[in-house]
Amino acid sequence: MELSVADLRPGQKGVIKEFGEDEIPVKLLELGCLPGNLLELVQVAPLNDPLYIDVNGSHIAIRRDIARRIMLDVKEDSSTR
Amino acid sequence: MNKSIKVALIGNPNTGKTSVFNQLTGLKQKVGNYPGITVEKKEGVCKLSNGQKAHIIDLPGTYSLNTTSLDESVVVELLLNKRNEDFPDVAVVISDIENLKRNLLLFTQIKDLKIPTLLVINMADRMVKKGITLNIKELEKKLDTRIALVSTRKGTGIEELKTSIENYSTLSTEAIINASHIAPEYFERLQKTFPGEDLYKLWLVITQDINFMPVEKNRLQNSELLPTKSKAELKRLQHKETIYRYQFINKVLKETYKVDPSAATGFRASIDRILTHKIFGYVIFILLLLLIFQAIFDWSQYPMDFIDAQFASASEWIKETLPPGVFTNLLAEGILAGIGGIVIFIPQIAFLFLFISLLEESGYMSRVVFLMDRLMRPFGLSGKSVVPLISGTACAIPAVMATRNIENWKERLITILVTPFTTCSARLPVYLIIIALVIPQDTILGISYQALTLMFLYFLGFATAIISASILNRMLKIKGRSFFMIEMPSYKLPLLRNVAYTVVEKTKSFVVGAGKIILAISIVLWFLGSNGFSDEFKNAEEIVTERIVNEGFSTHSKAFISDKLEEYKALDRTGAREGLNADNTDLQKGSIELKTREFQEAAKGQEIASFRLEHSLIGNIGKSFEPLVKPLGYDWKIGIAILTSFAAREVFVGTLATIYSVGNDQEETIKGRMAAEINQDTKKPLFNLASGISLILFYAFAMQCMSTLAVVKKETNSWRWPLLQLGFMTVFAYLVALITYQILD
Repeated sequence: MELSVADLRPGQKGVIKEFGEDEIPVKLLELGCLPGNLLELVQVAPLNDPLYIDVNGSHIAIRRDIARRIMLDVKEDSSTR
Repeated sequence: MNKSIKVALIGNPNTGKTSVFNQLTGLKQKVGNYPGITVEKKEGVCKLSNGQKAHIIDLPGTYSLNTTSLDESVVVELLLNKRNEDFPDVAVVISDIENLKRNLLLFTQIKDLKIPTLLVINMADRMVKKGITLNIKELEKKLDTRIALVSTRKGTGIEELKTSIENYSTLSTEAIINASHIAPEYFERLQKTFPGEDLYKLWLVITQDINFMPVEKNRLQNSELLPTKSKAELKRLQHKETIYRYQFINKVLKETYKVDPSAATGFRASIDRILTHKIFGYVIFILLLLLIFQAIFDWSQYPMDFIDAQFASASEWIKETLPPGVFTNLLAEGILAGIGGIVIFIPQIAFLFLFISLLEESGYMSRVVFLMDRLMRPFGLSGKSVVPLISGTACAIPAVMATRNIENWKERLITILVTPFTTCSARLPVYLIIIALVIPQDTILGISYQALTLMFLYFLGFATAIISASILNRMLKIKGRSFFMIEMPSYKLPLLRNVAYTVVEKTKSFVVGAGKIILAISIVLWFLGSNGFSDEFKNAEEIVTERIVNEGFSTHSKAFISDKLEEYKALDRTGAREGLNADNTDLQKGSIELKTREFQEAAKGQEIASFRLEHSLIGNIGKSFEPLVKPLGYDWKIGIAILTSFAAREVFVGTLATIYSVGNDQEETIKGRMAAEINQDTKKPLFNLASGISLILFYAFAMQCMSTLAVVKKETNSWRWPLLQLGFMTVFAYLVALITYQILD
């Protein structure tokens, strides 16, 4: 199933597949946000934004508009939690 | 020739780079968990075992050599410019064991610049807990470098690092990744156009976001031979380069770096669930803020009272020991009172920096940013603006510098422009003295009006900052890619050494900086106040004596004499009641006459002094300035104090102390003297509710701080913003003070 990071529930994981229409900042790539890497949505801030993710061992918070551009391959069974 | 080895420490934020620096140089410096805390250039000297010295620079933290902020471009500029006097003989890349993979990205980039490069793997103490094993020998071979496994927390591995620095000349200077793979044709043409230049260096210069080294960049862009690439194309190539580098790194680490997943603990995750919870998160943050304010306004009261007493007795001592005269007054009331006015803030500033550095060191500050980002955005601010706004309650200067890690230029600029509205500690002396003068001491529901006023002023500061931010947000037409990212580092127990060093360093620079200004201004004021060219100034004594003989004392002096007498009589009666001198009415009468004469003499002295002051140089300046401040309810003395406190707000009280002591020989507190000031037009006390509130509001809004202006100039790299800030804030403050006085009066 293909979802963007913004569609995940906390605790859900997925493998980064590709980036949406807009380019994503190089800085995110540098931190390990690369196709093929596992990404977990750790937590969502109280007002639904920003999102706290763990990718490649980097714990970072990004805003929803960027998160929407990161497309993931999510296994159905990992969504139970 | 025993030339010292030049060493540059480079690394990602939160790798403990500054801790390594501390241990190498012995100079205790600051280390923070908040990305970008290492902003200023830090240098130190390290003695190596063979007697040689290493000159060490601690560079700002960066994730790569693709810069997006000024801080990062400092790193790139240094590494690309061989002519730079700090160009390193050896680059030491600091990484941490848990994030080795991403740290190595920066390492490979630096290595490709063909600079001798060492790798430090820090936080080795966490290896066992995290179940990490590392084949260092193999890793050294694959990365073509030498590795030092270090734990700054335990203090291990530093000696090995020093040895490696000593032998830097044996390090390989071969590139390990050939970046031209990402676009072979383009790179080939690049090399042909600039045959003498290093290829990877050229690539870095072309792709920088920040317009640094303009000469070099222009030279590249103006070259007709250079195949042009659009910005988007360059970005795509940067993506490609990053992916390419990670492929290499993954291959290397696969064989050398093992993590046992069963050993990993969810410590960070479980704390984060509480600290960033949608209710508890905010509750904890607000409680922490309350704790900070409690410390600043309650706990610091005790050391502040102590400091106040010390300065009072020192000033007393000077007056008793030195011969009386204007110079003694300058020393006792001007300089000492002025310096005391600053020193008294040490407890508050120290508390504030203590808390801020604890929050940063522990990793909590990033969580605050995470919690607040969405709340701040409608005002054109970022979650990262919270830190400057909180730091602004201590001082706007470090606060403005703390905006550097806000990625979006518009958000950053707005934060810089509104931060000076927060109630900084320099406003406190002004607020405190005026509140004590004009706000009644009564309480409502057990809370004093005075405390409420002060709280309201803090609230007012934040509110003004937020409101002006949303106005600026609408007015400023700056397009910026809104890209926000903050690292959520693992929680760490703050290192007390680092915290203590921050507190001492920041407090010291505040006191020394403000102290210098106050000292200079006190002396200038004293000179201007005790010199004059007019006849009135020269013959002050005769003129005033004549006036007293002809017209009697002024109302103010009469009140002064009778007050003093009442005080004396009351004292006497107490003595009488206690039976110490039961029947000595005659003696008492005699002594009252004696005392009356004494007080009259004192009053005359005051009148002469204040007449002389009025006609001194400072008086002339102040008088010419008076029409401007009169509509706000101030007299020329306050006008002078406002003028001098353009340099720094806290100078206000010191200036009044100097002016009033020049005008008054009597030993009295500044507060008492201010309460006794008379409005020349109404013959009523100058400080009433209307003029007091007007003055407080003026200080709440006015940009009375040259140092902040200088920092804003530096941070925005133009005079436009600080001047705009100065103009807007001053006009706004003037208007608010004017309206307030006219309505209340």
